[in-house]
Amino acid sequence: MREIAYYEAKFEALNEIMAADPRVHLINGTFLSLSPRREVFQNLVKRYGDRIMSPPISELSFCGLAAGAAMAGLRPIVDLSTGSFIFEGWPQVANEAANAFYMSGGQTRVPVVYHLFHGLRGGGAAQHSASPQAMLWNNPGLEIVLPSSPKDVKGLLKSAVASDNPTIFVDHVRLLEVKGDIPENDAPIPFGVADVKRKGNDVTVISTSYMVQRCLQVGDKLAAEKIDIEVVDPRTLVPFDMATILASVEKTGRVVIVDETHQSCGVAAEIAARIAETGFDKLKAAIRRVSTLDVPVPYSPPLEEYIGPREDRIVEAVRSVLQR
Amino acid sequence: MLPKVPRETLLDLCRRMFVIRHFEESLVPLHDKGIFSGHYHLYIGQEATGVSALSCLRQDDYLFSTHRNHGHLLARGAEPKKLCAEILGRSGGYNQGKGGSFHSVAPSLGFLHTSAVVAGIIPLATGTAYASKALKNDRITVCLFGDGALEEGAAPEAFNLASLWKLPVLFLCENNGKYGAGRATGAAKSSTMAAYPLTDLPSAYKIPAKQIDGIDSGVVHTTISEAMEKIRSGEGPQFIEAQTVRWPGNETNWPSVAQPTDSSLAWDVSAVPEKVREWYRSSDPLLIFARELVEAKHATRDEIAAMEKKVKAEVADAVEFAVASPYPKLEEATQGTFA
Repeated sequence: MREIAYYEAKFEALNEIMAADPRVHLINGTFLSLSPRREVFQNLVKRYGDRIMSPPISELSFCGLAAGAAMAGLRPIVDLSTGSFIFEGWPQVANEAANAFYMSGGQTRVPVVYHLFHGLRGGGAAQHSASPQAMLWNNPGLEIVLPSSPKDVKGLLKSAVASDNPTIFVDHVRLLEVKGDIPENDAPIPFGVADVKRKGNDVTVISTSYMVQRCLQVGDKLAAEKIDIEVVDPRTLVPFDMATILASVEKTGRVVIVDETHQSCGVAAEIAARIAETGFDKLKAAIRRVSTLDVPVPYSPPLEEYIGPREDRIVEAVRSVLQR
Repeated sequence: MLPKVPRETLLDLCRRMFVIRHFEESLVPLHDKGIFSGHYHLYIGQEATGVSALSCLRQDDYLFSTHRNHGHLLARGAEPKKLCAEILGRSGGYNQGKGGSFHSVAPSLGFLHTSAVVAGIIPLATGTAYASKALKNDRITVCLFGDGALEEGAAPEAFNLASLWKLPVLFLCENNGKYGAGRATGAAKSSTMAAYPLTDLPSAYKIPAKQIDGIDSGVVHTTISEAMEKIRSGEGPQFIEAQTVRWPGNETNWPSVAQPTDSSLAWDVSAVPEKVREWYRSSDPLLIFARELVEAKHATRDEIAAMEKKVKAEVADAVEFAVASPYPKLEEATQGTFA
C-alpha cells in the first residue's frame, strides 16, 4: 500500500496505459481541467507527444473523429474537460458512437473513452457544471464509469481503455487532490462491481463520484451519534451492480441515495426505482434522494452550495429514514 | 464519356449500374404492399457517380454512407439478397435486421457504419482517416454524403480538422439537385446554402474542391482517380461535388416509379410517360452509359439486353430470398447492445 493523490493515480494510469498500448491516443484537454498540477500532463506529452492531439474547439468533430478512429483500430481517449461540453458533441456520442455496435448487428466496435469533469465545482454557473451522466444512462450503448478514490480512478481508467464499448468516464475536479491508498499490485477494476466504501448496519447510503467522499465524512460525524451508515459506491452505472446494493439493503432496510445529477430522472431516481422494484420487501422506510435541486446551476457561491447535495441535507435524509 | 478502362471493366461497371437500378426499383412495390416499413431513399439517377467513383478505390479503403446507401453498397459488390433482407428487417440481412434501409453496413467491403443523420458520418470519416494515418496503413476513407449534409455544423467542423491534420479522406458530395430540382414544382427544396457553389465551403478550409458532372462516368472516374492519388501521396483531404439531375421518382415524399427501366429506353423513349420522358432521354446515367458502350462498339444492344435480363433475374432472386427470410427472434431485440 502507498498513499497518493487522486490526480497522481490518474496519471500513473495514463502513463501505464500509453506505455502498454500504442493504439491509445489522447484527444483534447489535459485531463486536469484548471488544476495547477499541469506538470504531470506535460510529462506525458514529453513521452507520448505524437499520440496527444490538440484539436480546434470543435467537440462535434473531435468526438466523432475519436469514434471513427476507434472503429478503425485505435483506442482514443477524449478529454471533453467540462462535462457541459459534451452537449456540443452530443450527436456523435449519443447518436453515432452509442448506436454503432447494436445498429450494425454487432459488427462494428467503438472502443472510445469520453472523459469529462461533472458537477458543482465552485463558480461554474449554469453552463460549466453539468452532470450529464443521467441523460447518458438513458441512452443505451454507453458504459458509464464514476471513480471516487485514487485506487478507483487508476483501476477504472485501465478498464475503460480496455473495453470494446464507448465509455463515458465521469470525473470530478474536487476529487483531484483527494489522497488514498492504492495497492502495490494495482490491477484494472472490472466494471459492474460496486464497492462498499464504509461498512455499517443502520442505513445504506448509495453515492457516486465526489459525493462518496462527502458521505464518508458524514459517516464519521454520524458515528459520534451512534448512527452507523454503510456507504456503497456503484463505481459504474452501466453495467450496474444491483446485487451488492440489495445485499446492503437487506442488512439495513433503509436507503438514502446521494448524487449530483439533477433530481428529476436523475441517477438517484433510477437507483431508487430499481430498489423499489426488486427490494421493496427489504425496506423499512421510504427511500430518500439527495440530488441537485431542479434548477440551472446558479453562479453565486452560497446559492450554488444551497442547491447541491449538501452535508446537512444528507444528514437530514439519514435521520428521516431512521425516523429519528 | 466512358471511363478509360478495359472493356471488361466497362461491362462490369454497366452491370453494377443495372444491379442498383433494378434493385432500387424493386423496393417500391415491396414498400407499397407493406412488406417493409419506414422511410427509404433510392439511389436511382446517381449510378454513374457511385459505380465509377468506387471502382477507383482499393479493397481495404474505408467508406461511410448515409440514408441513401443502397447504391454505394451494391456498387462496391454487396450481395443484393443480404441487402434486401436487411431493408425488410429480416435475420438474413447485413445487420441481422437491426439497421434497415438507413443503416446497412458491410465491414468486409469497408462500410463500418452508416448514419441516417445527414452529416453524421463526416466527423467519423475523419476518424478512420486519422487511424489510417496513425497506423501508417495507407488506407483512404471515402465519405459519401448528399448536398444537404453541408447544412449541418458537423460538416465544416470536420473539414477544419481534416484540413489541419492533412487526413487521408475524400469527401464525395453527391448533389442530386442539379438545376435546383424540386423548387420549380414546389416540392422539397434541394440545397439551402448561403455558401454557393457548394465547393465554397470546403475551399474556405483550404480543401481542394471540384464540381463535376455526376452523370458523366468518364469524368467521375478521372476526377476521383486523380483525387485518390493525391490523397494517397499524403496531400490531405479532397472534396468533390458530383452533380446529378434528380430522378423524377424522388420528387415525391415516397419514391414512385412512373417508368420501369428497360435498356431499350436507351434507344427510344417514346413510350415513356411525357412528364418524366425528358429525364430518361437526357439525364439517366445508366441509359447514357449503355448508349456509349454500344456507340463505342464495346457491346451490342442485344448484349446489353442480355446483361440486363440476368441482372433482373438476380434481383428477383434477392427479393425472393429476402421475403422468405424469417424475422429475427424477439429475444435478439435485447441482445447485442454491448460488445
